[in-house]
Amino acid sequence: MGSVVVPAWQARTSAVATGIRLRVFEHVLANGEGYLSQACSAAEMLAMLYTRTLRLAELPEPIRPGPFTGTPGRANPGYQTGAVYHGPKAAELDRFIFSPAQYALALYATLIEVGRLAPDGLDRFNEDGGTVEMIGAEHSPGIETTTGSLAQALSQAAGIALARRMRGDSGLVWVLMSDGEFEEGQTWEALASAAFHGLDNLRAVVDVNGQQCDGLVTSVGNLDRLPERVRAFGASCDEVDGHDLDALDEAMRRPTPGRPHIVLCRTDPAHGVPLLREKAPLLHTLRFASPAEKARYQEAYEDMVREAPR
Amino acid sequence: MSVETVARPHVQNFIDWAADKPEVVVLSADLTNSSEVGRWRDTYPDRFFSMGMAEQHMLSFAGGLAREGYTPFIHTFAVFIYRRAYDQLAMSVAYPNLRVRMIGFLPGILTPGGVTHQAIEDVAILRATPNMTVLETGDATEVESVLDVAQAVNGPVYVRMLRGGVPRLFPRTDPMRLDRVRVLAEGTDVALITSGVETEEGLRAVHALRRRGVGVQHLHVSTHKPFDDPAILAALERTRAVVTAENHTVVGGLGSAIAERLADHGLGRKLVRVGLQDTYAHGASREHLMREYGLDAAGIVRAVERATGEQLGLSDEELAAEPMDTQPEVVVSAANADSL
Repeated sequence: MGSVVVPAWQARTSAVATGIRLRVFEHVLANGEGYLSQACSAAEMLAMLYTRTLRLAELPEPIRPGPFTGTPGRANPGYQTGAVYHGPKAAELDRFIFSPAQYALALYATLIEVGRLAPDGLDRFNEDGGTVEMIGAEHSPGIETTTGSLAQALSQAAGIALARRMRGDSGLVWVLMSDGEFEEGQTWEALASAAFHGLDNLRAVVDVNGQQCDGLVTSVGNLDRLPERVRAFGASCDEVDGHDLDALDEAMRRPTPGRPHIVLCRTDPAHGVPLLREKAPLLHTLRFASPAEKARYQEAYEDMVREAPR
Repeated sequence: MSVETVARPHVQNFIDWAADKPEVVVLSADLTNSSEVGRWRDTYPDRFFSMGMAEQHMLSFAGGLAREGYTPFIHTFAVFIYRRAYDQLAMSVAYPNLRVRMIGFLPGILTPGGVTHQAIEDVAILRATPNMTVLETGDATEVESVLDVAQAVNGPVYVRMLRGGVPRLFPRTDPMRLDRVRVLAEGTDVALITSGVETEEGLRAVHALRRRGVGVQHLHVSTHKPFDDPAILAALERTRAVVTAENHTVVGGLGSAIAERLADHGLGRKLVRVGLQDTYAHGASREHLMREYGLDAAGIVRAVERATGEQLGLSDEELAAEPMDTQPEVVVSAANADSL
């Protein structure tokens, strides 16, 4: 067997993915509970987006999250969305719309790993009066729209994509989604409409981790044959191993003229933290049942730190 | 002078108005001709987008367009905007305070389509929604001028729109203005505050009340939110009793807004609210429903009797034949027979 040469981008993307898991794991241990499985399943997808796929403006330096300054409205003209963490917008640059706001912790960790959010940004997670909200809000780092009521992001992104097409922008509109959102009717309305209007500048990556709040997706609803369903609605669809960087890269780059593109990423909600499997099927948030259990997770975390790529 | 009935005033007016506004686009959900934008679509095919019969998607999609500097004008029946797609309206449009214009046709009982088509609590719900501006057209002049009012608002706007044959009650030279009522009659006995098609009925009622010597301060409201015109408070202060009339449930709409103002300012006045009395309606003609639910001129006169405690001795037959206060005869156009 010959040695496998890993391209430089993969080494970097892989390191970012590991960094996302470590940061979220560290935070959950410090906090006593939190959204760990989402980081385990989506780390490679997020790392791919922010290191390889998205064309975003560079920031001069990571942004320190400011205080909450009020909701949007006529009385608050200075309201800024979390898009500032993506840098200035431009016609040739991409946009990133984050749909599952419950994945916010994993997104914040990603933004730190890629130098867009200050390293101590997670210290302000879920802090009263702050913007680094637990369920990401429109003013939270990296979040451009209000999406915590699930399945509204794809439609909003489709509207942005149509506007960009009318304007002649070359940049794409990317969306990160979770599989549970395919139980919402609006997702299918959006797919049908985006296909009808031929919005090929609209692309979504979907974390198909088989998990939702109540547990296994298969215990909550029916998402069988998801790729076939997506294709039947007129969109292009790839189904890949969501932890395989080569496969992700190929699927995310695929040109799909005249059609929106959906990349379904099959993932493992315990990827990188096998200990989590003991909690299955309830992986939505991790809570420690006892100090002894927490100690085992602490040990697993320290093992991960030792094995992480430098 | 007689009241002119204008046939489909929105159709050409919206086409002319949008000619020099390339940022204006239209979204429709399978009710294009029913929302009087079929000719608009044919005139500006590159700015018209069919969303499919998918209102939830349409509201969120509109938010996306508005974020990029376009001004989507959603055209569909009122009921499918706020009731079918309320979460999307609130989260994709209202919370981020986006410039989306929601043009809602067939408000209240103006449709024979029955309960599924009748927007009877839209003003209540959207008045309660932060960042919203809520407008209601009452005649052809307002149908024509509401576009400018809406477009000047830096945030989301919902419009209760009239279609078909629409009477011109107000001169073309006196357009709708944001948060400004029209004072249609002056008097100190009772304040009559009406909106939408109830203003037509109010004008008939005032004509009869005048003959019985009742002094009516009649206001026409076309902005439900914001609701800060000083003329409203002035009317409440100078009169002894108040009657409101709305093509809507009496819970949460114009009548409630007036009750709030009375309480806010510590004014003790008897208030009688004409409107749907916390009930759904059913499919029937406009005339039938207005009579059944007491939304017609006779219903308003009876409300004035309750508010003032004075019986005026006007029969229903007499009131049904009552002309509007502004002119000797009422023209009811055949084009006003609303269809789906």
